[in-house]
Amino acid sequence: MINKFIFSRKSIIFAGAFIGVAATILQKLGNPANMGICVACFERDIAGALGFHRAVVVQYIRPEVIGFVLGSLAAALIFKEFKPRAGSSPLIRFVLGFLAMIGSLVFLGCPWRALLRLSGGDGNALFGIAGLVTGVSIGIFFIKSGYDLGRNHKTNSLFGWIMPFIMAGIFLLLIFQTKLPTGAVFFSSEGPGSQYAPVLIAFAIATTIGFIAQRTRFCTIAASRDVILIKDTYLFTGVVSLVIAAWISNMILGQFNPGFQSQPVAHTSQIWNFGGMVLAGLAFTLAGGCPGRQLFLSGEGDADAAIFVLGMIFGAGFSHNFATASSGAGPGAWGPAAVITGLIICLIIGYSMSDLVKKN
Amino acid sequence: MNEKIDVRGLSCPLPVVKVKNKLKELQEGTLEVLVDTGTAKDNVSRMANDAGWKVEIKEQEDEYLLIITK
Repeated sequence: MINKFIFSRKSIIFAGAFIGVAATILQKLGNPANMGICVACFERDIAGALGFHRAVVVQYIRPEVIGFVLGSLAAALIFKEFKPRAGSSPLIRFVLGFLAMIGSLVFLGCPWRALLRLSGGDGNALFGIAGLVTGVSIGIFFIKSGYDLGRNHKTNSLFGWIMPFIMAGIFLLLIFQTKLPTGAVFFSSEGPGSQYAPVLIAFAIATTIGFIAQRTRFCTIAASRDVILIKDTYLFTGVVSLVIAAWISNMILGQFNPGFQSQPVAHTSQIWNFGGMVLAGLAFTLAGGCPGRQLFLSGEGDADAAIFVLGMIFGAGFSHNFATASSGAGPGAWGPAAVITGLIICLIIGYSMSDLVKKN
Repeated sequence: MNEKIDVRGLSCPLPVVKVKNKLKELQEGTLEVLVDTGTAKDNVSRMANDAGWKVEIKEQEDEYLLIITK
């Protein structure tokens, strides 16, 4: 009975609506505008807090990322789905995570934030979402051509616990606000990194989302991928529900500001809003799921998803150190070059790991 | 002898894609599918049900055996 609800259409509508409303409430409670939840941005903030980049306005240990992993872990343990597994092209997944982050930070948001930006009235998000669907479509071409990163295998349970332990460790750094002579842990005193909801509330909400998402398999990439590839609208329904719920909630909370100019943490260079998300959409599709999904998978023991997450954090450090990340003023100096290079790398990966080359 | 397919260890969406292709090829009969994650079990079952097949799920240790018939 419970299982029937969990996998019914109602459950995914509920999951999407819960995430949408929760994100707008987190924004009301202090998270940056149209960024109640952004997996890429929040991993980038964590990279900054640990000193992997020194962009002083985006450094904070986001409890939302931690909650996603630990909530999923809890659900997986309770429902006997915690299955440590590893060994499906980890290095390629690391590279895909790296490139997904590069693309996301050119757009200024992951698929989750693209949806939340839209529901907050940011018209620039439309170009990002169009890019996302384009990237997903390119990924589908490779999947239809036999793209496969190989099977993972059951492994020692230690593998499954590594990411939850990393998350628990950085949660302690957040709680105790550790300060070393080097300056670490770094916390922004201005900019988006200085804007955050109360730690325990954010953690509790995110843990609940992690739990729900593990059960419903919520994924913002599979939402469009499954519609195009297998004509399945289950996850797409969840994403639509997220946008509508967040939009209504934004209206009620006075957070809906329609337009293109002067949108929070956004730029109007539409070609790179589009291009950045083509890269992100393709990289996420080649890796099998959106950044949230990768966190949920790493919570249920998937060490390859954990490697992807580490690739994203590494990519965030690179993005800010090498000026590929955008700002409100527009793309970074090396952003466009990074997107083009990233796309070429993704195409090589897609081609090389498919039957297009295997059969030759 | 029933047709069998092993989609254990594959990333999304490959379990669904491989089973879907196999079902198309079979048209009718019975296909036994071995999956190892809850996500693959759910996704494959939903796809098969939507395509008019009946799915029986057998849990065995850490894995699931889906018996899909039409």
